[in-house]
Amino acid sequence: MAEITREKFKVVGKNISSMESISRPNIGYWQDAWRRIRKNKVAFFSLCLIGLYIILAIFAPILSHYTHYTQNVNEMNQSFSSSHWFGTDSLGRDLWVRAWMGARVSLTIGFTASIINGIIGSLVGGISGYYGGKVDLLIQRIVDVLYGIPSMIITLLLMVVLGNGVHCLIIAMICVGWIGSCRTVRGEVLKLRESDFVAAAKIMGVKDIVIIVKHILPNVMGLIITSVTMAIPNAIFQEAFLSYIGLGISPPDCSWGVLAKEGIQMLRVYPYQVFVPAFMICTTMLALNLLGDGLRDAFDPKLRGTE
Amino acid sequence: MAKYILKRIGLSIVTLLVLTTIVFVLVRLMPGDPFSSDKMTPEIRANMEAYYGLDKSLPEQYITYMNNLLHGDLGYSMKYVNQSVNRIIADAFPYSADLGIRALIFAVIFGVTLGVVASLNRGKKLDAVCIIIAIIGTSIPDFIMGSLLQYFFGIRWGLLPVAQYTSVAHTILPSIAVGFYTLAMVSRLMRASMLEVVTSDYTKTAKAKGLSKWRITIKHQIRNAIMPVVTVLGPLVASVLTGTFVIEALFAIPGLGKHYVQSISNNDYTLVLGMTIFFGAFLILMNLVVDILYGIIDPRIRLSGKGK
Repeated sequence: MAEITREKFKVVGKNISSMESISRPNIGYWQDAWRRIRKNKVAFFSLCLIGLYIILAIFAPILSHYTHYTQNVNEMNQSFSSSHWFGTDSLGRDLWVRAWMGARVSLTIGFTASIINGIIGSLVGGISGYYGGKVDLLIQRIVDVLYGIPSMIITLLLMVVLGNGVHCLIIAMICVGWIGSCRTVRGEVLKLRESDFVAAAKIMGVKDIVIIVKHILPNVMGLIITSVTMAIPNAIFQEAFLSYIGLGISPPDCSWGVLAKEGIQMLRVYPYQVFVPAFMICTTMLALNLLGDGLRDAFDPKLRGTE
Repeated sequence: MAKYILKRIGLSIVTLLVLTTIVFVLVRLMPGDPFSSDKMTPEIRANMEAYYGLDKSLPEQYITYMNNLLHGDLGYSMKYVNQSVNRIIADAFPYSADLGIRALIFAVIFGVTLGVVASLNRGKKLDAVCIIIAIIGTSIPDFIMGSLLQYFFGIRWGLLPVAQYTSVAHTILPSIAVGFYTLAMVSRLMRASMLEVVTSDYTKTAKAKGLSKWRITIKHQIRNAIMPVVTVLGPLVASVLTGTFVIEALFAIPGLGKHYVQSISNNDYTLVLGMTIFFGAFLILMNLVVDILYGIIDPRIRLSGKGK
């Protein structure tokens, strides 16, 4: 063992400014969440897949020289080929274009319905949780009653009343869909209401609505985004279900549900016509579920710094 | 406890009342009417409307309907002449219930097993397999699952019948199709709650006492870990029942779902109303039973229920 002598040490002195400086770059809540999502391979792959689907849904129908409604009697029920990448259906329509037109409709409905549900749910839940007392009691009674009603039935009947079409589907889903996020957000707001920063804002005389929107909602944002992400597959599934029983999108327009329905009719002879929409619905739902799991972990401050 | 149960029952009754009213209004708002597809002279039409009470004002109709409902009478179908709604439901419900119960048993038994196996083999290959099955299960809509099963087991390999509902072999594919989503949910929940239980103190105590691994798993861990599964059983029954809707159409099973979809397109007011109320009442009752059962099993719930 080497001998430790006095000469080996030297006085460095102390520099106040360097002691107080932050050595690592400052990372905010959102940057941190983004960093963790990128590190989570499964979630990041899911995010890329959804991005790819969205891009293809926008551009694939534009770039192809087929349209989703042109029928061609000479090219019925063709399998995969270089001219028809996903084959053709029983009316000779190109399934590649139809699949991506379907993606447009299904994704639009899924995203729009879930996001609007999330917004309505978090506002109502936020108000309910923040004010408490009679307001909370009244809203919670309404929510309890609505929650007990099977949502599928109401959506189904609303669709019959409103008629077919994308707007009607979204409206029908919103009527009952906001309750889930309302319950989640209320629970979280009940906790945050007692926190110090809310008390500070109140003392400074900030208006209630500003406290809810600027101080409380950003803190539940991670939760809301996660629940919206998890709600998208449900909305896509509901759309597929309604289209399947003939209450969603009417022909010649199509969604994944419509494509699956048309494919199932040809199942015995041309099974590939089911496989394409089935694959797309399943991978989308899978990706969104996995992304939701990843987001939940990424937004959880308790898991911060554990890699 | 009595107060908790009374409160739950009261809430259920209000829910049912609201449901009935909403559905009554919605059904009347539907475009078209039950007789629009039949050709008939205005006189016959007026007679028919008078027969079913459709000539009266909406509030009057509502009061009559609610009064009949209190006596358990759901009225007569407007499309199938002389068939009471009660009769149609009584004929169709056994099929749906049979399918639903089979699917539920399948889902709970396999779901719990899968969850337990996964948690006991945490991080190993078997765990990964179970997780993959669970993830796939939650990502495939039931009608796609059903048609894929039909294609592979029925058409490609010719193992099982693809339509009708007459023998045990006929029930296998639809039960799997309806129950698969539920299976996936149950196994995910079971795995998560088992992982919590595995590190608990009473597991350590049981181990310290020198109990065998099997005994610990079955007597101590599963009994505690199964609690969250019991809570979601109410909503799960709902999802299983709505699942039967499409699957019944797909497999040509003469159950409630098939009649329901048909009665909507027929504008058969009384049948739609009656079935919705039956369906809703059934689900609300299920939730009520599960809530009360859970309150009995776990005393913490009914105590914290006050704050809710």
